[in-house]
Amino acid sequence: MPDTLPVKLALARGVGALARLRGGGATSIPGKVLMRLAPGAIGTLGARLSRGSVLISATNGKTTTAAMAASIFERAGLPLVHNQAGANMAGGIATSLLAAAHMRAGIDAQLGLFEVDEMWLASLARELEPRAILLGNLFRDQLDRYGELDAIAERWATVLREGSSQLVLNADDPLIADIGREHADAVYFGLDDASLSLSGMAHAVDAKHCRRCGAPYVFDAVYLGHLGHYHCPSCGQQRPTPSVSATEVRLEGVRSGRFTLHTPAGEADVLLALPGLYNVYNALAAAALATALEIPLQIIVEGLASTRAAFGRAETVLLAPNGGQPVEGTPASPRQLRIMLVKNPAGANEVLRTLALEPGQHDLLSVLNDNIADGRDVSWIWDADFELLAGRIRQVTCSGTRAPELAVRLKYAGVDPARIRVQPDLARALREAAADRPDGDAPLYALPTYTAMLSLRDLLVARGEASSAWA
Amino acid sequence: MPDAEGVGASGRRLRVCALYPDLLNIYADRGNLLLLERRCSWRGIGFELASSGLGEPLDADAHELFYLGGGQDRDQLLCAQDLIETKRSGLHAAATRGAVVLGVCGGYQLLGRSYTLGRERIEGVGLLDVETVREDAHRLIGNIAIEVSLDHTGGAELLVGFENHGGRTRLSPGQDALGRVLKGHGNDGRSGMEGARSGNTIGTYLHGPLLPKNTWFADWLIARALGLQPHELAPLDDTLERAAHANAGRAAGVQVG
Repeated sequence: MPDTLPVKLALARGVGALARLRGGGATSIPGKVLMRLAPGAIGTLGARLSRGSVLISATNGKTTTAAMAASIFERAGLPLVHNQAGANMAGGIATSLLAAAHMRAGIDAQLGLFEVDEMWLASLARELEPRAILLGNLFRDQLDRYGELDAIAERWATVLREGSSQLVLNADDPLIADIGREHADAVYFGLDDASLSLSGMAHAVDAKHCRRCGAPYVFDAVYLGHLGHYHCPSCGQQRPTPSVSATEVRLEGVRSGRFTLHTPAGEADVLLALPGLYNVYNALAAAALATALEIPLQIIVEGLASTRAAFGRAETVLLAPNGGQPVEGTPASPRQLRIMLVKNPAGANEVLRTLALEPGQHDLLSVLNDNIADGRDVSWIWDADFELLAGRIRQVTCSGTRAPELAVRLKYAGVDPARIRVQPDLARALREAAADRPDGDAPLYALPTYTAMLSLRDLLVARGEASSAWA
Repeated sequence: MPDAEGVGASGRRLRVCALYPDLLNIYADRGNLLLLERRCSWRGIGFELASSGLGEPLDADAHELFYLGGGQDRDQLLCAQDLIETKRSGLHAAATRGAVVLGVCGGYQLLGRSYTLGRERIEGVGLLDVETVREDAHRLIGNIAIEVSLDHTGGAELLVGFENHGGRTRLSPGQDALGRVLKGHGNDGRSGMEGARSGNTIGTYLHGPLLPKNTWFADWLIARALGLQPHELAPLDDTLERAAHANAGRAAGVQVG
C-alpha cells in the first residue's frame, strides 16, 4: 500500500496556513485536520522522536512546569517538539508534531515535551508511549467538565498500569503519590521545609481521606491546598520519601523565590525569577523530570534560573499612559500591569497568598469569565480565600462575563463595597482600573480566568503594550 | 456587639448547624454559610455556626437552621450511612419543631427516602418524599432558573444558579416541588419541576453558592428560622447582590427585573 501520510501532512499544513491567513489561531486546527485524515498520526510522528516523549499533567502549573523543563532540556542540547502555546489536548499536540515533521520520514527534534490536559492524558499516553510521565497535582477544577478528583485519579492509575513509562510524581499530593503504589521505580519530588507549613487547611481542601482505607489522613505539615506531609493512622499509608526535594525556601513577594534543591546527584541553590510557593513546586517537578532523564544538576539549576514567566503567569507588561492615546497635560508614567492567571480555588489561593507577601495596599483588576474553557460554573470563587487579601485592597475592578457575582464574593470576603468597581467590558475595565492610580508607582495586578487572560493579551497587543506571543 | 450568649444587638440569634462541612462542600457550599453569617451580623442578629461530623450526635434543639451540602460520591456514601445511624431522628425532631433544613445537591438527595446507584440502594433521611436514581449516561449540567412561590401567596419569585447532577429525583404524589423550571433541567430533566419542599425542609439541585446568587432567599430562610416574616428583617443595601442575581439569571437565559 502506498504511504499516504506525506499527502495528509501537506494537506493539514495547508489548512493551518489558511487558518493563519484568516487571522485565527492555528495552535490546534492543523492537528485536528491531521487526526481526521490519519487517526494514528500522533503515534506515528511521535515514534520518529529518537529520545521519545515526556508528558506533563496536573491541575495547576502545567504550562510553567513545561516551560521550565524546556529551558533545562534546551540547555542540555536536546532539540524539542513542545506545545508551548498551551494547546494541550490531542489537536494541539498533533499540531506541534506536524510542524516539526518531515514529509516522508524524520522530524526536527529528538524529544517531545508535551503538557497534557487531565482528560487527555489516558489517550495520549496510549498513543505516544512516553518514556516519562510527570504528574504534578490534582485540585478541584471545573467540576462541570472534569468531574470529581477521585474519578480522575482512578482513570490515571488505570492507564498508567498498562504502560511502561517512568513516572515522576508529587510525593506531597496523596492523590498523585498513591498512583506510584504499583510502580516501584517511580521518582518522587516534594517539599521539606517546616517553616512553610500553614497553620491549618484552606476551606476547600480535597483528598483529606486515605486513598486506600478511607480513614482521615493526619497532616504533619500543610504547604498548599492538600499538599504536604501526611500519613494514615489507620492503614499506615504515608507520603513516600522524595528523592528530589526542596529545603530552605525563601519567597520574595511577587518577584522571585529561592531554595536548596536536593537530588541523588547532589544539592544546589536555585534562584527562580518566578514568585510563590506554587512555582517552587513547578521547579521541583521540572527538576525531578530532568533528573529522571539524567540531565546534570548544574544544567537543571541554570535552566530553572533562566525560565521566564509564560504569558499570563506572573508576567509583567508596561501600560502606556492613557491606554496609548495621547492626552494633553497628563504626564503620567507607564504603569506596571502584573498578570496572574487564576482559574480554580487552589491556584487562586496561591496567587492571593503571594500578593499578600507584597507590602502595601493593592489595586486589582479581577476578571471572571464563564466560557467553556473557564468552566461554565463560577461557584468556585466561593472556595477561593479572597479573605486573605480583603483588608489589603485599595481598589478592585471586577470584569468579565460574571463580574457582578465576583463583586458579591469580594463584598462578603470583607472588601468595602466603596472600593469595588463593576465593569463587565474588559477594555473599559482595564482603562478605568489603570487610570485610578494611587500616589507612587504601585502596579496594577490583573487576576484573569483563562479566556479572560487570552482576551487581556489580545487587548494589550492591540494597544501596542505587549508583543504578540507565540507568533 | 453580641453579648455573652451570642445574642446580637437586635436581641435575636441564628444558630446554624452544618452537617459534615469537611466532606459535603464540593461546590463551594461554604459560600452559603458565609452569606447567612454576614447578613445576620450586618443586622445585629447573633450568629453561631456549629458543625456535626461523622459519628457526632445532633442536638435538634440547639439550632434553628441545618445545612447539608454536596460531596464526592465516596464521601456522600460515608455521610449517608452516618446520617441514618446518628442523625436521622434528630433531624426529624428538628423539622417537626419548625427548624429550617436546607439540602443542596447531594444534600437534597440525602434528605429524600433513597438514592439508588446501580444495584445499590442507599437509604436517606426521609424528610422529603422523593427518590433519586443515578443515571450515569449523562449528567444534568448548566445554569438554571426556577420560579418559586414560597409563601403560597400566588406571587412568583426567581431562584437562579447552577446544577450538576447524575441523579434523577422523582417526587411522590403529594410531595411539593420547590419550584417550576424556567431554564435548565431540574429534578430529572423531564418533569419541569425542581427541588422539593415540606414546610421548612427544602431540597434543591441549585448547588454551591445558591444564597449569594439569591439573597432574597437567604433572607427568607433567616426569617423562617427565626419565626419572622422576611419584611421584619432590617433592610440592607443589596445593590451588588441584585446585580449578581440578575446576571446569574441572564446566564441561564432569563431576564430579571
